[in-house]
Amino acid sequence: MAIYLAVWLIPAIAGCLIVFGDNIPWFDSLLLAIGLSLPYAVVCLTPWYLCRMLPLRDEHLLKALLNHLAAAFISSVAWTTAVRFVTPQRLHQHLVLLFGTGVLLYLLSVAMHYVYFAVEDSKEAVLREQKAETLAREAELKALKAQINPHFLFNCLHSISALTTVDPPQAREMCIRLSDFLRNTLRLGEKELIPFAEELSLVNTYLAVEQVRFGSRLNVVRDVDAACERCGVPPLLLQPLIENSVKHGIAGLVEGGTIRLHASCSGQMLRIIVENDFDPDSPAPRKSGLGLNNVRNRIATRHGDRGRLDVTVTESSHRVELLIPCESLGRQERKDEYATDSRSHRG
Amino acid sequence: MSMQPIRAVIVDDEELARRVLREFLAAESDIEVIAECANGFDAVKVIGESDPDLVFLDVQMPKLDGFEVLELIGARPAVVFVTAYDTYAMKAFDAHAVDYLLKPFSRDRFDTAVERARRRIHAAGPAKPEMDASDLAVAARGPDQYANRIVVKDGAKVTIVPVEKLDYVQAQDDYVELHSQKKSFLKQQTISSLESALDPKRFVRIHRSCIVNIERVNKIEPYTKDSRVAVLLDGTQLPVSRSGYARLTALLEGNG
Repeated sequence: MAIYLAVWLIPAIAGCLIVFGDNIPWFDSLLLAIGLSLPYAVVCLTPWYLCRMLPLRDEHLLKALLNHLAAAFISSVAWTTAVRFVTPQRLHQHLVLLFGTGVLLYLLSVAMHYVYFAVEDSKEAVLREQKAETLAREAELKALKAQINPHFLFNCLHSISALTTVDPPQAREMCIRLSDFLRNTLRLGEKELIPFAEELSLVNTYLAVEQVRFGSRLNVVRDVDAACERCGVPPLLLQPLIENSVKHGIAGLVEGGTIRLHASCSGQMLRIIVENDFDPDSPAPRKSGLGLNNVRNRIATRHGDRGRLDVTVTESSHRVELLIPCESLGRQERKDEYATDSRSHRG
Repeated sequence: MSMQPIRAVIVDDEELARRVLREFLAAESDIEVIAECANGFDAVKVIGESDPDLVFLDVQMPKLDGFEVLELIGARPAVVFVTAYDTYAMKAFDAHAVDYLLKPFSRDRFDTAVERARRRIHAAGPAKPEMDASDLAVAARGPDQYANRIVVKDGAKVTIVPVEKLDYVQAQDDYVELHSQKKSFLKQQTISSLESALDPKRFVRIHRSCIVNIERVNKIEPYTKDSRVAVLLDGTQLPVSRSGYARLTALLEGNG
């Protein structure tokens, strides 16, 4: 504000010099010029609202120009009229000049406002971009954390630690399976759409790892229609469901149980069913339901009403049914499907 | 030092995890593994029968988790918790257990835990734990998480009472009497400890000696000048103190 008023001293001093030329003592003319400029300095802050309402866009350019010209005219007329009443008669010869200056000053103020808004907007845009980037990164991190459940990871490492003395080849095998699983989770997580076959292969790796931990307690029955394998699906939709059925189902059963995985396609829809036994008397794991909600949200975001996730719980079984469109894959993915070897080179 | 062997029990549902403990313990000549259990029910039964000196206890297990097992076996044996990852639980361990091992653990780390257990076992009499086992279970649950079930032991029999089936609780000296579906169970726990484990939106302490499930309350009737009685849906009458009445009305208005 101080700077703004300081800038206004320039026209004020110019005015002062003009008036001084008419044989008015310099102190009086200075007082008069500043006295006249200050109210107009305040008037020239009003373009703030007009500029806000009329941003400089191609389609509004003429409208904005006319509006500002009209505003400049009105402001200057008002100023000049006001000045006419408070100044002595002999100074009225300068009124035309005063009016012209008023219009110009007003328009100058409009231009300054636009510059100011442009600078602010670009600052804001940079901030927004940074914020969006941070949010995206946070989401990615969260997704990664959710995908690789630490409980699973530490238990696996503990199994490997046990196997190193009793069965070293099996320990190595487990390391390889676990690495495959982690690598594929990271790789698939980056993509938007993957062939269902890849999701199935990830699930199989996961189950192979859990098989070492749970031994005969974990049984899996698969019933997957081969035609579904070419469907494009968002990555990591099925994996968390299978993980849940191990964590909430099999892990709570003393004698173990069965996970049934069914997949079929009809029309343009892919139906996936994951069903598992569970023990209603076993304590619920401390953190539950997160994975399922995540899958539900992702389906809702991507497919809206076209996707569904239904959960049916009976006395001793838990069933999740997923119905999503079988999307067509991009050219790149389709090429991969035919070049069967390419998949192993990409990892 | 007495040279009686230390009698140990291993509790873990994963065979490979039990194997690591067995392997490490085989090198400790003063420790004898007397039993292995693969779930919480077995653990409570075996520990009750064999009265071991030392228990290696997994946290996540079928039937009963490690904290529930600890609640039921009391503080007699030295307990070393073994777990993969549990932030709240780790805090709770510090206050009660002899030690805790994070999977996977090294031989050195295991030796430290065993050494601590030895010292505790050979010390004159069992050290008084800083925290009651029931309180430990509450602490391990973490903030804003309430029990969804209560475990009770009657002899060797373990009963699980889901909180939605819990009608009311009455204090009996050092015990609480849990009433659920016309049956009652005695549990060694203070009423305040139980109160803090229950969701305050569903259970309210209406009296120094009584907690009630808000859904079971039919009406409140005046009794004396200062007190009232709560009449439950099944006709049971429970005392309501003045402050209990304030809590009850606050909750009912909050829910309304």
